[in-house]
Amino acid sequence: MNWRSVWAIAKKDLKEVRQNKAAWGPGIAVPLIFAILMPLLFIILPQVIPVEDVERELGDIDVMLRSMPPAMQALFEGRSLEQMFVLYMAGFTLAPLFLIMPLMFSTVIGSDSFVGERERKTMEALLYAPTSDIELFLGKVLAAVIPAIGLSWLTYLMYIIVVNVASYPLFGEIWFPLPTWYPLMLWVTPALAVLGISATVLISSRVRTFMEAYQMSASLVILVLGLVIGQVTGVLFLGIGTAMAIGTVIWLVDIALIYVSVKNFKRSALVAKL
Amino acid sequence: METIVEVNGLERTFGQNRAVDGMTFHVKQGEVFGLLGPNGAGKTTTVRLLNGILPPSGGTARVFGLDPATDGQHVRQQTGVLTESPALYERLSARENLEFFGTLAGIPENTLGQRVLDILKFFGLQERVDDKVETYSKGMKQRLALARALVHEPPLLFLDEPTSGLDPEAAQQVNELIAGLGQRNGQTIILATHNLLDAQRLCDRVAILNKGRILAMGSLTELARKLWPVTWVDITFWAAPSESAVGAVKAQRGVMQVTGQDEAWQVQVESEEVIPQIVQTLAGQGASILKVNPRDYTLEDIYFALQAGEK
Repeated sequence: MNWRSVWAIAKKDLKEVRQNKAAWGPGIAVPLIFAILMPLLFIILPQVIPVEDVERELGDIDVMLRSMPPAMQALFEGRSLEQMFVLYMAGFTLAPLFLIMPLMFSTVIGSDSFVGERERKTMEALLYAPTSDIELFLGKVLAAVIPAIGLSWLTYLMYIIVVNVASYPLFGEIWFPLPTWYPLMLWVTPALAVLGISATVLISSRVRTFMEAYQMSASLVILVLGLVIGQVTGVLFLGIGTAMAIGTVIWLVDIALIYVSVKNFKRSALVAKL
Repeated sequence: METIVEVNGLERTFGQNRAVDGMTFHVKQGEVFGLLGPNGAGKTTTVRLLNGILPPSGGTARVFGLDPATDGQHVRQQTGVLTESPALYERLSARENLEFFGTLAGIPENTLGQRVLDILKFFGLQERVDDKVETYSKGMKQRLALARALVHEPPLLFLDEPTSGLDPEAAQQVNELIAGLGQRNGQTIILATHNLLDAQRLCDRVAILNKGRILAMGSLTELARKLWPVTWVDITFWAAPSESAVGAVKAQRGVMQVTGQDEAWQVQVESEEVIPQIVQTLAGQGASILKVNPRDYTLEDIYFALQAGEK
């Protein structure tokens, strides 16, 4: 394995994707909404609206709290109404939404890298380069996975800062991230980034344009929306155990998809589609 | 000269379509070998087969003694390919494009930068090294694509339709550069083209293809001789020669027929060696010869004669 070639391909793809506004546009907009706009809204809201409105909201939350596992209920004990509202919204409701990011980033970059290369008619010259099929594959996968994980972590960092700074007057302490966020950030997020790219590789052989690949891969987001609905309706709470289990399942799916992708990623198949 | 490309009965099918149908040819080191044929003749597929990016359906190919189907990566380390479309990363600069392909070709980090600058200078692009390729003209892009194929100094170069879509001036520039390559580095070049003039100007030998098969192969002279074993000579006189001069030429050994009249004759001869004797005979008969012109066959004559024969 020639790692210099692998990194060269990854770096080249990243340079290219930086020039594709359709690719990096969502990469900037979504983190700003998730990490800044939404937490500010949820934190500032209970501090400016009348207490009785918060209480009305918490009527629903109360039902939710009772259905939570005891370890999670403990986090709410001894908190004021406003604190409970912020803790619930910023600490729980938004959590699964963040899982959209690694999926979105890796599918956008992967689509530009795998399908965009063919669409821009640059693939043939790359196939004539003295690299092996696996080096080519790895270079392109890394080009999508590394920034997808990196950008997701950066967004988490921004979110952590915004939540703690904005809620400091209310809490008087640094309370975020909650323990359940660690498996989401460190275990589930990388798994979803790999899921996004491996699905994109498989889809890329069946579509002709970057936008087609992007749209098809982006349908994976429905999986994450399932988690959001589960969390909001109280059917599923992303505790440490649940998050670890979900991550493990995704990693297993990743392994299967990567295996199939590598088997199908052949120069001869790629050249036939030029 | 060492044979570096050996192709024997090479085949490639796509469904029912036989894109390459039993091709056999050899290319020696330092040669400029043309694959000449219309669109769909199998030129690009042959280039792909010889670089191991497409496996053959039958037959064998050896490039530098290696089988491209099983050892494609090592073959490609020694080849450079100019694809039919420039296939450049238009959002990147010329320098970034060449540094990327140079890295993949294994040029050491410490010499890569200078190598890239040198080759961009050779191709007259030194003023625009950091400009995005999308701002280049078609001719500049083609020169850059040629530079990319050459950045790792491969001993074997494949050029697939190198002047396709270029205006005459840009096409001439590219052709001059290609002609210079063989002389400069002793590179072996396989030129796949449908441009007869380019092939005639650049190639030592050509294989004329149609529907994946080789119709004929050889140098221009060899091909002309195969197709037209006899030669025509056009002779122009200052004044019409005498009847006895006509008789003397007709009687001469190696002369097959004399047509035309007065000041313009067409003489069919067995070979060009007879021509000096004809001139001598006519001079002896007091004929005032203005011009003697053995008829040259162009690659165009040969190509169309062969393609017509196919139909």
